[in-house]
Amino acid sequence: MSPDLLKLIFGRLGIESLPLHEPIVVGTFVVVALGGITLLGGLTYFRLWGYLWREWFTTVDHKRIGIMYMILGIVMLLRGFADALMMRGQQMLAFGGSEGYLNAHHYDQVFTAHGVIMIFFVAMPLVTGLMNYVVPLQIGARDVSFPFLNNFSFWMTVGGAVLVMASLFIGEFARTGWLAYPPLSNIGYSPDVGVDYYIWALQVAGVGTTLSGINLICTIVKLRCPGMTMMRMPVFTWTSLCTNVLIVASFPVLTVVLALLSLDRYVGTNFFTNDFGGSPMMYVNLIWIWGHPEVYILVLPAFGIFSEVTSTFSGKRLFGYTSMVYATVVITILSYLVWLHHFFTMGSGASVNSFFGITTMIISIPTGAKMFNWLFTMYRGRIRFELPMMWTIAFMLTFVVGGMTGVLLAVPPADFVLHNSLFLIAHFHNVIIGGVVFGAFAGIGYWFPKAFGFKLDPFWGKLSFWFWVTGFYLAFMPLYVLGLMGVTRRLRVFDDPSLQIWFIIAAIGAGLVFLGIICMLVQFAVSFLRREQLKDVTGDPWDARTLEWATSSPPPAYNFAFTPVVHDNDAWWDMKKRGYQRPLTGFKPIHMPSNTGTGIILAGFATAMGFGLIWYIWWLAAASFIAMLVVGIGHTFNYHRDFDIPADDVIRTEDARTKLLAGAK
Amino acid sequence: MNTDTHATAAGQHHHDNQSHGTLSTYMLGFVLSVVLTAIPFWLVMSGALPSKQITALVIMAFAVVQIVVHMIYFLHMNTTSENGWSMMALIFTIVMVVIALSGSLWVMNHLNANMMPIHEMSGMK
Repeated sequence: MSPDLLKLIFGRLGIESLPLHEPIVVGTFVVVALGGITLLGGLTYFRLWGYLWREWFTTVDHKRIGIMYMILGIVMLLRGFADALMMRGQQMLAFGGSEGYLNAHHYDQVFTAHGVIMIFFVAMPLVTGLMNYVVPLQIGARDVSFPFLNNFSFWMTVGGAVLVMASLFIGEFARTGWLAYPPLSNIGYSPDVGVDYYIWALQVAGVGTTLSGINLICTIVKLRCPGMTMMRMPVFTWTSLCTNVLIVASFPVLTVVLALLSLDRYVGTNFFTNDFGGSPMMYVNLIWIWGHPEVYILVLPAFGIFSEVTSTFSGKRLFGYTSMVYATVVITILSYLVWLHHFFTMGSGASVNSFFGITTMIISIPTGAKMFNWLFTMYRGRIRFELPMMWTIAFMLTFVVGGMTGVLLAVPPADFVLHNSLFLIAHFHNVIIGGVVFGAFAGIGYWFPKAFGFKLDPFWGKLSFWFWVTGFYLAFMPLYVLGLMGVTRRLRVFDDPSLQIWFIIAAIGAGLVFLGIICMLVQFAVSFLRREQLKDVTGDPWDARTLEWATSSPPPAYNFAFTPVVHDNDAWWDMKKRGYQRPLTGFKPIHMPSNTGTGIILAGFATAMGFGLIWYIWWLAAASFIAMLVVGIGHTFNYHRDFDIPADDVIRTEDARTKLLAGAK
Repeated sequence: MNTDTHATAAGQHHHDNQSHGTLSTYMLGFVLSVVLTAIPFWLVMSGALPSKQITALVIMAFAVVQIVVHMIYFLHMNTTSENGWSMMALIFTIVMVVIALSGSLWVMNHLNANMMPIHEMSGMK
């Protein structure tokens, strides 16, 4: 075939695009391929494809979509953490003339992929998954406002993750750091596909995130059960609302910035180049207008989880509910006023830098108020040290340290010394792991029995907890020290042998975290095997306070046979106190949305379009785009969108629960 | 005891009393947006205003009016629609947009002002 024809069909994709010369990547590929073949073979052998397609992939049930988000987050955590281990190993070894085991080309991709994956495909799915699962239950709703959109959002997120994973074996990933600053990310300095993978993975996933934000805002605003005024909403629902407002307000900025960058790369515009009036600094400015709210998008739901957990396991109403709500709202607004603290050193004058330094310090006030609210909730409470509560206490200690180093970095003169150093790396891992990751784990432990009907095994959970917490401190405290000594981030080799010991300690810490992750996976397996002993028949295993515990574990597809009516904060606690009796008769048919495969098909085409654009396979991009339009318009002619669960089915489900509850007493 | 613990089915349906517009309001909106588009177009094509900067500013002013027309006539927004949520969302959006735009202008302008002017380099020690 002629080169022209090949180019037309395959774009710039060729046999040389496969990283066959990188033994580490080839080894990874072999392992992943074997694992993948085993998984696919197993699914085929046990004839699970039909079940998965009907019950999970096409589902519009917010609970199942939430669980799928969590699975995506945990799977991607393994990938992102593998990158982290590789970096720690490289930095531990590359001393005294040693080059380590990663070449520069590969190492730069590893640190970029680590950041992108951990933020977009680990933290975001974990947070979105928990919100998806819990929010409709907490407000007494049957589902989210737009169930089909929810399914579509999830699959778009998966599409982005698929593109990032594909970059590992087909071509390469960006070598620019996780925010792909130009001019390095411009076509002149990054002519390869790496940055294009970055752009399209984030654009595809970003559509999902934005739509899911709109969906959850609408759900919280419109679908609260009667009596649940704004100031009676559980704190987790409040923080979810604020997070989704932040998502809807900030993700369009990311979309536009990346679109402008792609114009620079694809059609030769000069928004962020050094020539023709372009300004790379504008990219830095704009991406942080998204980037700073993003970290609050992640941490606010975690604050909500800690509020629920603290109040439940202290057996007390949350201290200072109103102040908690206002603190959340204030953080939401303030998170838009601080973005410049990410580039104090870029050259703004004293007035700009001091304005943004002061706004940054002000954020610690509402955050501090939250911290005291949690402490006062625990004060004189009857605290039960179950696993979610342990994560919460680990969070409170760790996050305060991370928050204080944040305030140090907020002082512009200090930032001039610490900018771009490992001190910064230690700081943001300290708040993101201590806040978001511990929050997600607390949330998983807390709501797992709700989702699956049995608790998680405490022994392996505690093992995982202690490995994680000690591993975290060992891994990141040395980075504070190194940062103060002036070691910058993203270095591949080191000259000064006196630094090596700190990197060895950090690598040991990462190893402990690795054990923590393994223990967590074992915990899931062991809990599944011991599910009869760990069973929760009451639907309320923790003696909790909010509405999601009023229904069975796992909840029926329709969540609540009758929509609850709320009279107080902590609605379920109030119902229990007033001697609430489950209704046993009078069930009616329940109107529900039908499953549809449109979401996964649309997202599949979107991913194919991304792949075509990355490799300049124009026919694929155009065909996928047209296919998306056709399927999308075709879906509007689908009039079989809803059905009624017959009253008989509701009666059967509820009677089964009545028997179960009677057996428990 | 628990009769009031559950909502009746009827209680869940919110009464929809939104205005959906009439033909005349849609026509009014349409005409207004056509006029508001045509005038900036004419300004650019004819060069009626003396300076380009003034033209750009006038066009931006028209764009803002255009946004308001769309919100009133096509999105049916007023201070009471959706129990005031529309208004609240609008205020929030305006705050966010003002922060992002004015902040970016301020920041970028500052960066520009701090660029080291070439002719002053000689005076530096």
